[in-house]
Amino acid sequence: MKLLVTFSRKKGSKPIIAQVVRDTGVLINVERAIIDSSEGEALIDVPDDQCELVRNTMINLGANVHTLEHGISVNESECIDCGACVSICPREVFSLDSHWKLQLAEEKCVICGKCIEACPQQALTLPI
Amino acid sequence: MHKTIDQINERIRDGTARVVTAEEMPAIVAELGEEGALKEVDVVTTGTFGAMCSSGAFLNFGHAEPPIRMERIWLNNVEAYGGLAAVDTYIGATQQSDTREEQYGGAHVIEDLVSGKSVELRASSRGTDCYPRRTITTDLLLENLNQAIMCNPRNAYQRYNAATNSTEHILHTYMGVLLPNCGNVSFSGAGVLNPISNDPKLRLIGSGVPIFLCGAQGMVIGEGTQHSPAGGFGTLMVTGDLKEMSPDYLRAATMTGYGVTLYVGLGIPLPVLDIDVVRATAVRDEDIFVDLLDYGVPSRSRPMLRKVSYAELRSGAIELNGEEIRTSSLSSFRKAREVAMELKRRVESGAMQLALPTRLIDSKKPVKSMHESTKGPRVLDIMDRQVVSIGEDEEIRTAAKKLLKGDTNHLPVINSDNILVGIVTTFDISKAVANPGKAHLVKDIMRTKVITTTPDEAVDIAVQKLEKNNISALPVVDGENHVIALLTAMDLGKLFGGRWLK
Repeated sequence: MKLLVTFSRKKGSKPIIAQVVRDTGVLINVERAIIDSSEGEALIDVPDDQCELVRNTMINLGANVHTLEHGISVNESECIDCGACVSICPREVFSLDSHWKLQLAEEKCVICGKCIEACPQQALTLPI
Repeated sequence: MHKTIDQINERIRDGTARVVTAEEMPAIVAELGEEGALKEVDVVTTGTFGAMCSSGAFLNFGHAEPPIRMERIWLNNVEAYGGLAAVDTYIGATQQSDTREEQYGGAHVIEDLVSGKSVELRASSRGTDCYPRRTITTDLLLENLNQAIMCNPRNAYQRYNAATNSTEHILHTYMGVLLPNCGNVSFSGAGVLNPISNDPKLRLIGSGVPIFLCGAQGMVIGEGTQHSPAGGFGTLMVTGDLKEMSPDYLRAATMTGYGVTLYVGLGIPLPVLDIDVVRATAVRDEDIFVDLLDYGVPSRSRPMLRKVSYAELRSGAIELNGEEIRTSSLSSFRKAREVAMELKRRVESGAMQLALPTRLIDSKKPVKSMHESTKGPRVLDIMDRQVVSIGEDEEIRTAAKKLLKGDTNHLPVINSDNILVGIVTTFDISKAVANPGKAHLVKDIMRTKVITTTPDEAVDIAVQKLEKNNISALPVVDGENHVIALLTAMDLGKLFGGRWLK
């Protein structure tokens, strides 16, 4: 399960992710993180059965946690199956099948949003 | 053996014509041989579905009461051409909305009309004795118009060069998003299904030939603008009735950071008259090559990195300098196939018959570049030749003095051979002074990645370098990387002194 964690760093810089790993023993896979002086945002992947534990621990440490059920989604009525997104995605989420129709491997998506501006038909949207 | 167009049309009317798509044809020729294929196949249908910027439509609104001769015209806030008489206009696909910019444009107006949506017409006029009215605003549906005739000056490119980007910046182009450091390749075109690629000698495609255009039965007008069959880049000018079109085969689009364009579905049925037609329509993706160009070079003549076939491009990745680079198509092969299949159905059902050109299109013509009677400003016209530079082994304090004395904010740094090796700015010096540390020499604090320009470079290109890198000066260097001048944002002011702008 993927979780989008956002946290403020104004009151110091607690190593939230490291602390959660230590406290829960869950091995968190950080797929993407942007952390600057005032705030941080990280997309993490955790085993489904430990999702609640990680989520609650993070919230207790002052983070906001958003559970992501889906990755990028495509509006079928707008998509023309050109494939402009295919080479843009760093995680190879998109591919064209043998009928040249666009296929999504949603589970690979790290919600970076790079594909969105590459789509000439504005057919792609992020889940958040 | 050969067949006449009349024999083929008779079979179409009888319902006995054998129609195949250009994608199916190579296998048929391989199986039956050229003679066999000629006997077997009567019509080959082609199709393409891609961004065709040079598109638009003539519209006639009918007269209002009291009547107006419209001079400035907007459709959903997208300006349309007002230089035609009274209530005629031409809406161009790439024209952008005054209010929504690249999110909405002429292509969207056309798609909205075809989709049955209402479009707001707003127009103004000086008012004349015969056309007294000065303004009008009204909501219109496609059915309210007398004529809505798509007329596209340049469609159906025979092929199109593939694009990549060698710079360190992301580029937003009409070839889509190009990632830095040749991070991807984008291409466009239906390859095996492309109309002109199946008739490169233009024996069958010419004026008056019936075509499939966005769902309507349209027609080839003649050669398209920038038609350049000599280099393998033939184009077509085509027309069709907007009222017969379907949004399935016509889509407005936005290339982020570039602008609005229209995706057009276009197909041409080719009569299989003789062996030459069989040979031409047996073309495969493997046989059609394009140049892979570096769009990182902002020039008309972009460097060609390699030749690449549509088969390679469509495979998902190509090789460049030993590395595998992923490819993206901008045109839709699935939709191109849909066009060719729909055209096949129409010909098979007798809904569409074929015709030979009433006037042939030149198949050998080259394209010319623009004749420029005056050159735009170049860097040498405005650069500051009084450039002060500093040696890399000088002390930071010396650099500070030079900056003050030279009344400049940028000091190009040179080595003992007078070669440019870095640059320091007032900011770098201030930082070094404010945080005294180990740095004593210019080379300790200089930036070694210097963006430069040359005297011959167009000012517009130099300005782009300043903007993209968020910097305010460029050292001007000669062929040996000697600094001969500096171009600063301040020098750009010289352009407004009346020397270049009249």
